[in-house]
Amino acid sequence: MNYEPVIGLEVHAQLLTRTKLFCSCSTQFGNEPNANTCPVCFGLPGVLPVLNRRVVEFAIRAGLATNCQITRKNIFARKNYFYPDLPKGYQISQYENPICTKGWIDIEVKGEKRRIGLTRIHMEEDAGKLLHEHPVSRSKAASWVDLNRAGVPLLEIVSEPDIRLPEEGVVYLKELRRILMYLDVCDGNMEEGSLRCDANISIRPVGTKKFGTKVEIKNMNSFRHIEKALYYEIKRQTEVLKGGGTTAQETRLWDPEREVSESMRSKEEAHDYRYFPDPDLLPVEIDERWIEKIQSNLPELPQKKRDRFIKQFQLSPAQAEVLIETGEIASFFEQMLQKYPDSKKLANWIINSPFPVTKLNPDHLTKVLTLVDAGTLSSNMAKEVLQKVYETGRPPEEVIEKEGLTQVSDTAALEAAINEAISENPKEVERFRGGEEKLFAFFLGQVMKKTKGKANPKIVADLLRKKIGR
Amino acid sequence: MELCDLTIHELHEKLKKREIRSLDIVDSVFKRIRSVEPKIHSYITLTEELAFIQAQTSDAMMEKQKDFPPLMGIPIGLKDIFLTQGIQTTCGSKILEGYIPPYDATTVEKLKQNGMILTGKLNMDEFAMGSSNETSSFGIVKNPWDLERIPGGSSGGSVAAVSAGECIAATGTDTGGSIRQPASLCGVVGLKPTYGRVSRYGVIAFASSLDQVGPLTKDVTDSALMMNLLAGHDPRDSTSLDEKVPDYTRSLIPDIKGWRLGVPKEYFVKGLDSEVEKSIREAIRLFEKLGAKVDEVSLPHTDYGVPTYYILAPAEASSNLARYDGIRYGYRQKEATTLIDLYKRSRTKGFGVEVKRRIMLGTYVLSAGYYDAYYLKAQRVRTLIRRDFEKIFENHDVILAPTSPTAAWKFGEKTDDPLKMYLSDIYTINVNLAGLPGMSIPCGFTKSGLPIGLQLIGSHFQEEKLLRAAYTYEQSTEWHKRRPKL
Ligand SMILES: [Zn+2]
Repeated sequence: MNYEPVIGLEVHAQLLTRTKLFCSCSTQFGNEPNANTCPVCFGLPGVLPVLNRRVVEFAIRAGLATNCQITRKNIFARKNYFYPDLPKGYQISQYENPICTKGWIDIEVKGEKRRIGLTRIHMEEDAGKLLHEHPVSRSKAASWVDLNRAGVPLLEIVSEPDIRLPEEGVVYLKELRRILMYLDVCDGNMEEGSLRCDANISIRPVGTKKFGTKVEIKNMNSFRHIEKALYYEIKRQTEVLKGGGTTAQETRLWDPEREVSESMRSKEEAHDYRYFPDPDLLPVEIDERWIEKIQSNLPELPQKKRDRFIKQFQLSPAQAEVLIETGEIASFFEQMLQKYPDSKKLANWIINSPFPVTKLNPDHLTKVLTLVDAGTLSSNMAKEVLQKVYETGRPPEEVIEKEGLTQVSDTAALEAAINEAISENPKEVERFRGGEEKLFAFFLGQVMKKTKGKANPKIVADLLRKKIGR
Repeated sequence: MELCDLTIHELHEKLKKREIRSLDIVDSVFKRIRSVEPKIHSYITLTEELAFIQAQTSDAMMEKQKDFPPLMGIPIGLKDIFLTQGIQTTCGSKILEGYIPPYDATTVEKLKQNGMILTGKLNMDEFAMGSSNETSSFGIVKNPWDLERIPGGSSGGSVAAVSAGECIAATGTDTGGSIRQPASLCGVVGLKPTYGRVSRYGVIAFASSLDQVGPLTKDVTDSALMMNLLAGHDPRDSTSLDEKVPDYTRSLIPDIKGWRLGVPKEYFVKGLDSEVEKSIREAIRLFEKLGAKVDEVSLPHTDYGVPTYYILAPAEASSNLARYDGIRYGYRQKEATTLIDLYKRSRTKGFGVEVKRRIMLGTYVLSAGYYDAYYLKAQRVRTLIRRDFEKIFENHDVILAPTSPTAAWKFGEKTDDPLKMYLSDIYTINVNLAGLPGMSIPCGFTKSGLPIGLQLIGSHFQEEKLLRAAYTYEQSTEWHKRRPKL
């Protein structure tokens, strides 16, 4: 029997607000433990939450960008459970009626278009973190609680079980991440945990409709891990079923070092979270005008931008895909086009740049590209110039002047170098004249070497033809 | 009469005329505390040294100013549910013993800014759960009118202290009657404002959707003075409402001619003590004599109040009390070996019987499979109860009712029977469920000399009407002037 996987993904995206969800503490990453805290973060007796309305706005942005319906009356609920990094003994989240429902994201995998449904997006606060080593004394005699992250706003984005292949899951995640980054809602930094993913995965015989027993894999924070974990889990479950066994409903953790998933807890010991509306927060009413205002301020989303780039600038889909990877590159590209209108050439330069091209001053880049077109700089020299411009921030004219990087087009100087090359390699001249055409490149290289790469290759080639014939 | 037996406004007059200094009042109050506190035990923490320092500062300021706020230089006690920066706050629970908060409750901040003198933190039922002040981890409080009887709960320490002159006024909180019921049983004035009228920030939560802060005073004028200070929007409390705060002392007009008062027939039933009923009926007749028109009205869902309350309040409490886990502050049981063991041991030793009973009740009604049957249904009943009241307020100014079905009872009388205890709040609970303001004022004494309280209930944000009706009544009676013999 053949099996097919059924995958749904839950993404936690940390929002780019300056302050936390229910207090005015900073959300800055990397500060000393408990530096970003106040009595509210600590859940001290007597404290009360006050909603950061930016979070609601961000959630609406994300919802509109993913074709969701926006819930008008939003209620925050308490999710009750005990854990030392959860200061109040409950997490404030949304339960019934999440802020966004019934959306979707379109993706393309191996040339095939797929639509992945979004069940819901809801707002919630993050918990703190346990340190099992003291940050200063390095003592391991106890565990330590760091509440910098407690109360940081998150969006939980839950997909429908529409994903069938691990690659599809990764493409979906990449698209979701790109959308959130375009919206300036999340920085997408997976290493710092700004984007984390849980997967629900089951397998079923191909052709059947019924879902198999679901396993949850928690807390994966790189595309590579997610793909590996999904493959591993599909294989594991398939083997269990083929061997006549049954899979258990459980939560598993992915161990990226050993590349295996391990059982964390079975659903039998699952929590009863005792959700109920948080009586400390009033319902948040979202009116039509608020939604319209946010809608009118939405940026052009990546897929739309890609299609437009292909059509408007005659780019290949692959070129367009790279240029729209971040909103920053895309807008740099469009800004550059005002000054340097050759879209294809420009696209190539941007795509092949070894450093973040958006860090360059557009005027500097324009200058260098114009010099290449004029034959004053070779491509290689231009790369060298740009590298120096990037490193020093100095204008290209200054770099070229200081490094003596203009191309040598002076015929007399080039002729001298060519003559030298011919007299040093009489045998090669013979062989070339005898029909060994590929030696032409050898002579070109020799001349370039003698001129330290500054020779204009086109002129050298012309002169060389004249000198050695054929 | 000693200075400690006077009211805020009487003392304010004397301070203004320079007849006395704040130090004299503080001296009188602490003298009284020294003589009666061993018998009454209304304090958990005394702040005598601080009080004298604050009094000196106040005296220096008042010397320079002709006009100063009415609370300046007046010794006030705080129920130990209000967080006080740098001063132990226990909420009557062992689990918070030794806890020193890093910040002041909004109410405390306001009182400090207005120059009040803090006498200390007043005893209370553990986490405000109780009707008799017998659940405090720090020992019971005795009723100053009869030391063999309970003072009422949960603000029992606060009312006993005000009644006995151990402070001039106090703050309390009222979740199901915890200001009004003890006020009634100790013969003082207790006002529970509209839900959202006073900030709950820095007040340890029992049941967030019901808790409300209010004043405990010797008379109605003091109640108005305290309300001027306590009421108002607090940006740190999302449930506090942004309504204009009136000058409540302007309500102190002894005239309610033409007012329509409602007396709910459901409140005069079996279980209402005959002596209490007699006093309430007399008070109602006096209101008529003063020019008000009194009708019998109906609150048909009255009987559902107590069961609804005992679903909603424990549900919220079970969640609010989860933070006391022995990890970051408060009591930690030292012998624990694992994390779960630590939670279990700390909470087992830290919480008392009544608190545990309610945590279990709340956990049960919120758990999967029972939520709809209990919590959701209770919320619907709550709406019905609220509508009952709204209907009456369409054509009535104030509702009159008993505050407590009986006068103060003896220690232990109801402790073995939680249901019997819970029923002692039948007249107050529905007011909390509806979020309305309610007030208890002294309206008589039993033959054995125990105070009886009359309850006035108003529409949302109509504290002014309560104060005016209460003031009118008070001006024609002498009950509020009696003090217990100690
Ligand atoms: Zn904070």
